[in-house]
Amino acid sequence: MVALTAIAGLALITAFIFKEGLPFMMKVGAKDFLLSDEWRPKEAKFGIFPMIVGSLVVTAGAMVIGVVFGLGVAILLTQFCSPRLVSVLKPCIELLAGIPSVVYGFVGVVVLVPLIREHLGGPGLSVLAAAIVLGIMVLPTVISISVDALQAVPRPYYEGSIALGATEWQTTHMVTLRAARSGIVAAIILGMGRAIGETMAVMMVAGNAIALPRSPLDSVRTLTSTIALEMGYAAGDHRRALFATGVTLFVVIMILNSAALALSRRGARGARSR
Amino acid sequence: MRIRPAVTQRVAVSFMWLLAAATVGILLFMIVFILWKGLPEITWGFLSESPRRMGREGGVFPMIVGTLWVTGLAVLLAAPIGVGTAVYLTEYTREGRLTAAIRFGADCLAGIPSIIFGLFGLVFFVITLGMGFSILSGALTLALMVLPTIIRTSEEAIRAVPRAYREVSYGLGSTRWQMVARVVLRSALPGICTGIVLSIGRSISETAAVMLTAGSALGLPRSIFDSSRTLSLHFYLLSHEGISMEKAYATAAILILAILAINLAAAWLMRRFAPKAR
Repeated sequence: MVALTAIAGLALITAFIFKEGLPFMMKVGAKDFLLSDEWRPKEAKFGIFPMIVGSLVVTAGAMVIGVVFGLGVAILLTQFCSPRLVSVLKPCIELLAGIPSVVYGFVGVVVLVPLIREHLGGPGLSVLAAAIVLGIMVLPTVISISVDALQAVPRPYYEGSIALGATEWQTTHMVTLRAARSGIVAAIILGMGRAIGETMAVMMVAGNAIALPRSPLDSVRTLTSTIALEMGYAAGDHRRALFATGVTLFVVIMILNSAALALSRRGARGARSR
Repeated sequence: MRIRPAVTQRVAVSFMWLLAAATVGILLFMIVFILWKGLPEITWGFLSESPRRMGREGGVFPMIVGTLWVTGLAVLLAAPIGVGTAVYLTEYTREGRLTAAIRFGADCLAGIPSIIFGLFGLVFFVITLGMGFSILSGALTLALMVLPTIIRTSEEAIRAVPRAYREVSYGLGSTRWQMVARVVLRSALPGICTGIVLSIGRSISETAAVMLTAGSALGLPRSIFDSSRTLSLHFYLLSHEGISMEKAYATAAILILAILAINLAAAWLMRRFAPKAR
């Protein structure tokens, strides 16, 4: 019975989010709701296209940082690092995961945003700021799952490659990374889910203007921040529209998660059968 | 001309060192920055008084109490369920469709963003079950949120218990439940505790879900049916609505200190007991 709580919880969440949001989405028409770029709750115009684009560009930017740093650190941790250094770096990564998202957002606002405003122009509260903050926030996810994937690569692969005269780096990028491919992709997808779902930090640094961003220095609003910003005072159709936004977010996250799960499972099975 | 592999390797490794150094640098910068600005603002009065004028003056005592209530209740609810699920998954069933479904459920739950948990908590606990904006609604929502962490860490800890322990216990004539309770859970305890400690950290940090379920009342909560503002939400409101930067830094410093303490505790638990398990 107790063991079923997780599934029951998931089912309840799905049921209630859809119950509140889906009828509204159907009433407005899914196409209008997703692709119209007018969000004016007072005039009963609900189009979340700018927020979808906002979420996507911010996430894409975050993933550039998250993947470069995340993979770099993961490779370093598994292939080129003494155990003592691992014991220093690992707790740091865990700590990075533990810092509250509001603190990330706050440091972003007081340090990063003024830097961007002074050196690059624009309002400072921007796609760029959000992407950098989110990129750092997804690092722990990307690193820990990539490390697992890299460690699951059988040791003989490495030894065989070294015995053939390859350097350690050649072995890493030609053999180990390739063998751990599906796990690493899973890590990146999960990181992406984190980035799309993050709320507080993005809300604090992205500026929240409802418009399609034209440059990385423009302010944007994401799906998550729309919900968090407006839920406090929304009523009636406006509230239902926010739940419909939640449905959109939920569907995207579930697709990403299922893809990551399938990939990591395939990776694990592959490593075992070989 | 072809670049020598040894050179490529040196370049690649140096680059990765640079990335790692930058990552650690950012972490240290954030911690030092917040503590530097916030610690001088923390006084006894700040910790023990109620906020006045929306938080411009006074302290954060009600928020500390609120955070402790919400976090404590959430973990108290999630821990038995999470450990129970882990025991069931590892000791009481064979791998099959049901275990796959439970794992899938837990994995999906782990990936759901906190704002969705918040929306769910709002319609289900706050409105449908009529609990209102309260510590209880917040704690129930958070309990669901940290459940996957507790399930996964407990499961790993239980799986790490050597098979021989179980066999010896059976050999001495114990029932399955005696074996689980006295042998397996006892040796897996440090791992399970680590998971619980990490969940406490996650509950303290959480803002979006709490905002939509526990509300943002400024007063001292008298029971779990009262609305209460947590530290992280108070910090967000202080800084984002420009109420008081000094108080915001101080609140952030308390949060950072709490997270540091929690991570140290988790690391200490792991280190203290890890060699014994092996």
